[in-house]
Amino acid sequence: MEYEFTKEDLKEIEKIKAKYPEVMPATLPVLWVAQNRFGHVEPEVQRLVAKTLGLPEAHVHGVATFYTQYYKEKKGKYVLDVCTCLSCQLCGGYDILEHLEKTLGIKKGETTQDGKFTLNEVECLGACGYAPMLQITNDKYINNLTVEKTDKLIDMLKKDEEPEYEEIEMPLRKVK
Amino acid sequence: MSSADWKNYEPVLIPNVKDIHKIDVYIKNGGYSALKSVLTDKKKWADSKSVVDEVKAANIRGRGGAGFNAGLKWSFMPPADGGPRYLACNGDESEPGTFKDRKIFEYNPHVFIEGALIAAYAMQITTIYVYIRGEYLAYIKMMEKAIQDAYDKGMIGKNIFGSDYSVDFHVTYGAGAYICGEETSMLESLEGKRGYPRVKPPFPAQKGLWGRPTTINNIETLAHVPSVINRGAGWFSSIGAENHPGPILYGISGHVNRPGVYELPSGIPILDLIHDVAGGMKNGKKLKAVIPGGSSTPVLRADQLEGITMDSESLRTAGTMLGTAGMVVMDEDTDMVDMLWRITHFYHHESCGQCTPCREGTGWLEKIMLKIKNGNGEVKDLDLLLDITTQMEGRTICALADAAAWPVRHTITRFRDEFEARCKKSAHAVV
Repeated sequence: MEYEFTKEDLKEIEKIKAKYPEVMPATLPVLWVAQNRFGHVEPEVQRLVAKTLGLPEAHVHGVATFYTQYYKEKKGKYVLDVCTCLSCQLCGGYDILEHLEKTLGIKKGETTQDGKFTLNEVECLGACGYAPMLQITNDKYINNLTVEKTDKLIDMLKKDEEPEYEEIEMPLRKVK
Repeated sequence: MSSADWKNYEPVLIPNVKDIHKIDVYIKNGGYSALKSVLTDKKKWADSKSVVDEVKAANIRGRGGAGFNAGLKWSFMPPADGGPRYLACNGDESEPGTFKDRKIFEYNPHVFIEGALIAAYAMQITTIYVYIRGEYLAYIKMMEKAIQDAYDKGMIGKNIFGSDYSVDFHVTYGAGAYICGEETSMLESLEGKRGYPRVKPPFPAQKGLWGRPTTINNIETLAHVPSVINRGAGWFSSIGAENHPGPILYGISGHVNRPGVYELPSGIPILDLIHDVAGGMKNGKKLKAVIPGGSSTPVLRADQLEGITMDSESLRTAGTMLGTAGMVVMDEDTDMVDMLWRITHFYHHESCGQCTPCREGTGWLEKIMLKIKNGNGEVKDLDLLLDITTQMEGRTICALADAAAWPVRHTITRFRDEFEARCKKSAHAVV
């Protein structure tokens, strides 16, 4: 498949380049632009990023493979990144992961046959006080998960209803 | 104010003001007056060095985990030579147990922006980058808006407050890599590369971003700067513990009734934080262990906590560190073998692979811990683990190997019975 950036993408890329004194620093942000456009950064997309920035393909490939949030292969429509690290482990993160494996009928790292869900186990997402939690496709955090809340989330996503951003106040903060 | 008075503490970093995240509300409540003061009040602030001196005197110990005096760090920048100089603000926040800087991004972004601008002026810096972990998409968007608003109000840009000082401020972000919280790894990532930490020296103040003088500060560290400028170094250093003064954003997670982020003075007794601030242990369980400041800081048994306060001196006496003040609380049902295995898995996953002792060492730590966790361990494996930690610590470019070694060494040492029990059972089964 031929991948191409749209005119808006290219405008965005010019804006990104203007932030830095050199081109190379645009590598990470432009990989993000590419992933947001195509849903992944497969080798063909990495080549497009390299060509667009005038950087070696090997460099872009090296960067894409170093960072976990870039999808080096096609994923499901909703990527569920379940945190099981330390605080999430202590608060039942593995129970949520196992429950999702059972519910979706896949193992972690796999995608459902209909291409709707990919399930991953991930490292600390910086939401330790709201454990266990998961992140949906590099975007929203769903916190304080229970089996019931997880089931509700899956039902919503099956209907392509996206959950809201969850604001969690600081417990002692009494706003006047 | 003393740490014992914490119930009467009025927050300053994230004050109890509705909508303080909006620039108009922030300004109405005295926001950006510290920046205006350092740029225009020549009687009070004769030059940029006077700002560095004030911050140095306040002794804001770096809130990213290393605890180094921020003003002292600023003073390492060489004299301006007319070329570019950079401030890289570290919002990578990835140490398990740590989730505090996101509260600044969400609830008071301008106090951080103002602090960064003052820092930049103090060091005669020409460009500021804030590097936020890629997973924090919601907070990245909030920061992009806050910085645009500050540009629109003339707080960032050319000739701020009519002074001859100009600076640019950009948001940049990662894409999933714990190591990018290490300051030189963050610089590599900002330069668009794999996040491999750099060999020091040269230190970033000499050769940082694109070979130019660069200072790296944590978000919370910078957010303390405006109040130091407004209220003076003496005010800041009189709050909390003398050796580690000022307010701290404590992140409390694990088996407590009210986990979350709390802004309180440094030096609060750990037991008060757990039993009063965080609402006590969940389900009435007994306290078993605490990791005081992120996964790399050595765990303490419940019987080691009496009289220990959240500041570097007291925690050092107890055999651990303040780190990021991201405290993880564990109840009596916690399996320390499983817990430690998960930490070893984390560091193995996050080792960048550059240095052999870390790349191989973290792998062996995880492999042997998995063996023990699965009931196939022998007691001699525990000593092998301890031996590996001594071969990792201090032998690598950055501190990730140390961060991986400490929890293994101290969890095994402090919960040896539990680890031996798991091993012995399996040894019996094998026979």
